[in-house]
Amino acid sequence: MTLKPFLEVKNLNVAFPTEDGLVQASNEISFTVARGETLAVVGESGSGKSVTSLAVMGLHDRKRTQISGQAILNLDSGPVDVISADDEVVRKLRGKAMSMIFQDPMSALHPYYSIGNQLIEAWSLYNEGDKAAGKKRAIEMLDLVGIPDAAKRVDEFPHQFSGGMRQRVMIAMALINNPSLLIADEPTTALDVTVQSQILQLIRDMQKEFNMALILITHDLGVVAEVADRVNVMYAGKIVESGGAEDIYYRPDHPYTIGLLHSIPKIGELESKRLVAIPGQPPSLINLPRGCSFRARCAFSDRVSGNLCATTAPTLDTKTNEHFSRCHLPEAELLKARKEIGGN
Amino acid sequence: MTEPLLRIEGLQKHFATTTGGAFSKVKGTVKAVDGIDLDIYPGQTIGLVGESGCGKTTAGRTILKLYEPTGGKITFEGQDITHLKPKQMKPLRSQMQMIFQDPFASLNPRHTVGTLIGAAFEIQGITPEGGIEAEVQRLMARVGLNPEHINRYPHEFSGGQRQRIGVARAIALKPKLIVADEPVSALDVSIQAQVVNLLEDLQDEFNMAYIFVAHDLSVVQHISDRVIVMYLGKVMEEADKVDLFTHPRHPYTKALLSAVPVADPIKGRKRERIILQGDLPSPVNPPAGCVFNTRCWKAQDKCRTQVPELMQIGKDPSHRIACHFPEE
Repeated sequence: MTLKPFLEVKNLNVAFPTEDGLVQASNEISFTVARGETLAVVGESGSGKSVTSLAVMGLHDRKRTQISGQAILNLDSGPVDVISADDEVVRKLRGKAMSMIFQDPMSALHPYYSIGNQLIEAWSLYNEGDKAAGKKRAIEMLDLVGIPDAAKRVDEFPHQFSGGMRQRVMIAMALINNPSLLIADEPTTALDVTVQSQILQLIRDMQKEFNMALILITHDLGVVAEVADRVNVMYAGKIVESGGAEDIYYRPDHPYTIGLLHSIPKIGELESKRLVAIPGQPPSLINLPRGCSFRARCAFSDRVSGNLCATTAPTLDTKTNEHFSRCHLPEAELLKARKEIGGN
Repeated sequence: MTEPLLRIEGLQKHFATTTGGAFSKVKGTVKAVDGIDLDIYPGQTIGLVGESGCGKTTAGRTILKLYEPTGGKITFEGQDITHLKPKQMKPLRSQMQMIFQDPFASLNPRHTVGTLIGAAFEIQGITPEGGIEAEVQRLMARVGLNPEHINRYPHEFSGGQRQRIGVARAIALKPKLIVADEPVSALDVSIQAQVVNLLEDLQDEFNMAYIFVAHDLSVVQHISDRVIVMYLGKVMEEADKVDLFTHPRHPYTKALLSAVPVADPIKGRKRERIILQGDLPSPVNPPAGCVFNTRCWKAQDKCRTQVPELMQIGKDPSHRIACHFPEE
C-alpha cells in the first residue's frame, strides 16, 4: 500500500472558449482525496464544482476545452495523469478506477434498455464471462444497494422505478467494477428528503464496503455536514476555502463561507431572526474581476488596507493546519467578522 | 377572533385518470387533495409542506381556483367563491395572487419586464397614479431591481432577479393573499435568503397573508406561523410552528423532521434519525386505512383498515393530527 492519496489534483484550470470570450470555469484547483475519505465540494451554480469533477473523469471534449494542470490517480500499477493521458487510457480508467453518479437518475439511465442490460454492459467492459455471469453480478449489486426482489426487478425498465430506486440503480452501476474513486454530483438533489436520507446512508455504507475515495458535490450545506471529512468551498471557479468539516462549520475563515452558513435557516432555530443574505450575485466567469472575485459582495473588503482586494487576487493560504482560505482579511478582523455576522 | 381572510373547509381536488385515446374511459381518480381545512388571517403565513406528490401544489392552486375544486368550500372575505366562474373570479384576482417556483418558465420570454409587471394593471383596467410605467418602475425598485431595466427581457436577468420580477408582478395590485409555490427552491443558497427576506419585508409592509408551499422544512420553519403537513393528499398534522417543530406528534412529521440534514457536523451526526423504508406509494392507488401505514414503523392492523380522523391533540387547541398511535 502506498501512503499517497488516491487522487491528487494539482493546479487544474478549465476554460471554455465561446463567442463572448473565454469562460474560466475552474481556476487554480488543487486538492487530494485518499481512499476511505469523503471530500465535499460546495458552491453555487457556476462555481466550477461540476466542471472540475468532469475534468477529473476526463469527460470534457478536449477540442472545445482548454485544460491545464494535473489530476493524478495513484493506481497500484503506478500514477496516471488523467489530464495528459490519451483518451484511450482514460477510457480504461473510467468505471474501473473511478466512477461517477449524476444528479438526475431519470436522464442518466437509458429508457429503452432494462436495468439488467445496462448493468451488464458496465460489467462486461472489464470482466470476461458470459451474460449469465454478468446478470448474476447485476443482481448481486442491486441487492447490495437495497433494491427489494432484485432477481425479478433486474429485468424491469427505468420507468418502472421510482426516483430513489433509480438513484440506487445508478449507484449499483457505478460500483459494479469496484472503483477506487467515486464522484457523486448532487446525488440527492432531485430526491425527496426522506429518500435523500436513505441514499446518503447507502453512499456512506458503500464507501466503507469498497473503501473508496469519495467526492461529494452539492450545494446543500446540511448534506455536507452529515457526510464530509473535508470540505472545499468554491466560488467563481476557485476554491476559496478548504479544511476539515469542523473547521469549515465552526471556524469559517472566508467571508463567503461565513455568509453562506448564516444565510440558511436552521431547523430547530425557532425565533424568526432575519436571515443574513449575501447581497448581489456571483460575477460572470467571462470577465472575472481583477483582485478577489468575491469583493463586490464582501462586507469586509473595506477593512483590508491599500485596496488590496481590488488589485490583487488572494492566494489560498493556510491559516491553521490543513485549513486554507483565499482572503486578504487579517486574522483579527476575521474574528470580528465571524462575530458580527453570526452573533457568536 | 375576527373573521379570517380566507377559510377553506374540506377542500378536495380529484383528477380522473383515463385510458387515453379517442374512446378514452375513466380508469380511476387521483385524490390529489382530499380534505384540507384552513383559516388564514391578514399578515399570517401558513406553510404547506410535504414530499413530491403529496398534493401541496394542487392545494395551493385549487385555493386560488386555478383548478375547479371537487368538493369543499372556499370563503374569501365572507364570500363563497367555491364555484364562481372565471369571469366572476376576475375582480377577485387582484386580491389573490401567486408566485411560481420556476422563474424561467413563469415569465413570457417575448415580453419586457415592463409589460410583464404592467399586465396586472391592464387586465384589471386600473390606471395607477402617475401612470403604469411609473408604477412599474416604483415596484421594480421596491423588489430590488434597477428601474432602468424596465425594457429588458427575462433572459437578461439572473434566476434571483427573475424571481423578483415574479414577486413584483404578484404584489402590483396590493393583494391580500399570495400563494407562493416553492418560490425559492430553484434559487442558489445565497440568493434564497435575499428572496425570503424580501417576502418578509413586503408582508410587514402590506399586511398580506401568505400560503407558502414548499418541501424545504427549514425555510418553512423560518417563514411560517402555522404549518400543515401533507402526505398523499391528506393532512397528517397541523399546528402552530413552534408546536409542530418542537413537539411533532405524527410519526410522519417526526420522520420528516429527522430526515432534514443539519448544517452542523457534530450535532448533525449525533442526532437520532428515523430512516423511512421505501418510497411514497402511488397516489393512483393509495394504501387502505391510513395512507402512511406502508412506511410507518408503528403501523398495526387498525392502521391498515381504518382511516384516522384529523383530531385535536395536546394543549394547543389548534394542533391536529390524523393518527391512531400518536407520538408522545
